[in-house]
Amino acid sequence: MNIYVCIKQVPDTETKIKLNADSSGIDTAGIKWILSPFDEFAVEEALRVKEKNAGSTVTVISAGPTRVVDSIRTALAMGCDNGIHVELPESADNAMAAKALAGALKKEAQVDLVFTGKEAIDDGAAQTSALIAEGMGIPCVTVVLGIEYSATAVKCKREVEGGAFEMVEAPLPVLIAAQKGLNEPRYASLPNIMKAKKKEVKSLKAADVAVTDGDQKIRFKNFQLPPPKQSGKKVPGEIPAAAKELVRLLHEEAKVV
Amino acid sequence: MAKVLIVAEQRDGKLKKSTFELVGAASAAGNETHVALLGDGVGALAAEIGTYGANKVHVAESASLKLYNGETYANVLTELVKSLSPDVVLASHTPTGRDLMPRIARRLDVGLASDCISLVFEGTNIKVRRPVYSGKATAEVEFLGAGPRLATIRANALGVGKPDASKKAEVAPFAVNAGEPKTKTTDVVQGASARPDVTEAAIVVSGGRALKSAENFKMIEDLADVLGAAVGASRAAVDAGYRPHRDQVGQTGKVVSPALYIACGISGAIQHLAGMRSSKTIVAINMDPEAPIYQIADYGMIGDIFQAVPALTEEFKKVKEH
Ligand SMILES: Cc1cc2nc3c(=O)[nH]c(=O)nc-3n(C[C@H](O)[C@H](O)[C@H](O)COP(=O)(O)OP(=O)(O)OC[C@H]3O[C@@H](n4cnc5c(N)ncnc54)[C@H](O)[C@@H]3O)c2cc1C
Repeated sequence: MNIYVCIKQVPDTETKIKLNADSSGIDTAGIKWILSPFDEFAVEEALRVKEKNAGSTVTVISAGPTRVVDSIRTALAMGCDNGIHVELPESADNAMAAKALAGALKKEAQVDLVFTGKEAIDDGAAQTSALIAEGMGIPCVTVVLGIEYSATAVKCKREVEGGAFEMVEAPLPVLIAAQKGLNEPRYASLPNIMKAKKKEVKSLKAADVAVTDGDQKIRFKNFQLPPPKQSGKKVPGEIPAAAKELVRLLHEEAKVV
Repeated sequence: MAKVLIVAEQRDGKLKKSTFELVGAASAAGNETHVALLGDGVGALAAEIGTYGANKVHVAESASLKLYNGETYANVLTELVKSLSPDVVLASHTPTGRDLMPRIARRLDVGLASDCISLVFEGTNIKVRRPVYSGKATAEVEFLGAGPRLATIRANALGVGKPDASKKAEVAPFAVNAGEPKTKTTDVVQGASARPDVTEAAIVVSGGRALKSAENFKMIEDLADVLGAAVGASRAAVDAGYRPHRDQVGQTGKVVSPALYIACGISGAIQHLAGMRSSKTIVAINMDPEAPIYQIADYGMIGDIFQAVPALTEEFKKVKEH
């Protein structure tokens, strides 16, 4: 099987966001970058499929500035075989990234399975998976919690609202966007981290995958930090009385109940 | 004034409240408001959409549209957009909206602003703002190039207006060419819970590690039920197995913005705040007066949740009975 994982590098979840001088973006100085958490489920799933299908390879692909190669190495250290980096500017939006990733995938001889995370935790847009699949002309199933594989198809459990699931069948090749719960991602072992440094990461330019400036469809601007909250009211007193006062405030002052 | 197309969302013949938010907002701003309603035997729902101010409801009905399928729905909607040429296409940022809208965006080769929390109509354009870095900041979205502006809007972000029974929308069938999808939705397995979904509910009551067990969440459920609320949880509570992951609120869980969020025994880690800080009113109950959750809470009660939560449940009951 020829298995691919598309990953994104994002700021660590602990990061305190600061804006740059003209509020056109964030100040990236000092940010610790990580593999987006949902992508870890995608990498893990790809590795599990490989382990069950002798002779398979897992290729990890990321589009973005040079720094994203570090996250490709993280995935290689988990056990992926090789990587592809498509060089894109920092400002690339989901549409441009998806076009680059689909373009890189279309250059490959054969693609059987593509995994992504259900969304990246930086923009939380949840668009790139479907955009890649549409760009490649293959089916896609998003927010997937469980997969049954056969030689030519998959049966996916897709999470929807209210704790309900949709069971979706799709033929290969297919793109699957992983939700937390699909599996438990492995940690990279020290020997594998060392090995990852020697694995091949192919580098592509935007032009190699026919991406132009016109492929960017949206731009984020006028960034704002959430207004500082005034410190809230702490209701005084012991519990039954305090609870009564809290309910009164929610009813009469906040008018939310 | 813009020509706006709203993708209505229904499940099992019931329209989503978030659809009414979009219809109400578009029509209140004086736009020519069109609604796409897809499904099987759903035509009767058009009247209800009309009461929120829609001008025209385009109804696409077919057995092949009974269950949501990203391919068939995208096929039909892309056709509708091409024939109607709206300036703006809106859907809710629900599991369906986020699966569907990127497909349409790609086919039309236009941009999509996802998960917007504010929406202003400006002529034939829209001005939208969305959270980035899981709500640690927000950014305005500028659309580049020509073509319709596509956006998904977070549930509860706009609020539902009052329906007006005297308002009626024109209803027009839309001929369906659903195509032959590669994927098949074979079954929908219903959730066990009768409570509202955590992302849709107007009130969310969440519990953290302090609950200590799955059984103790009964106390959170009791409070939620008095308020008609959804139950949420911190990651610590989910990782400990007290609640399923679908209830997790935060950066790697659900992002919610209810009118009221009650955090019980949750410390307020940055990853948790990311999922609930856009809630309108936040209440924290924690034993530790220094807990970070109090930095964003509008109201706080310091004390033991095992006393505080049942006491609140009793007090809310009294208010509800009046
Ligand atoms: C990559 C990553 C992603 C993450 N994503 C998320 C996410 O999506 N959502 C999320 O919630 N977290 C997330 N986290 C975890 C987050 O960092 C915190 O660990 C988690 O939110 C803590 O949960 P908690 O508040 O329930 O537990 P704790 O931090 O342990 O807090 C428990 C609180 O309960 C109080 N308490 C204890 N007993 C009582 C009592 N009897 N009465 C009253 N108060 C009491 C304590 O004072 C304390 O403040 C993530 C972490 C990482 C690294």
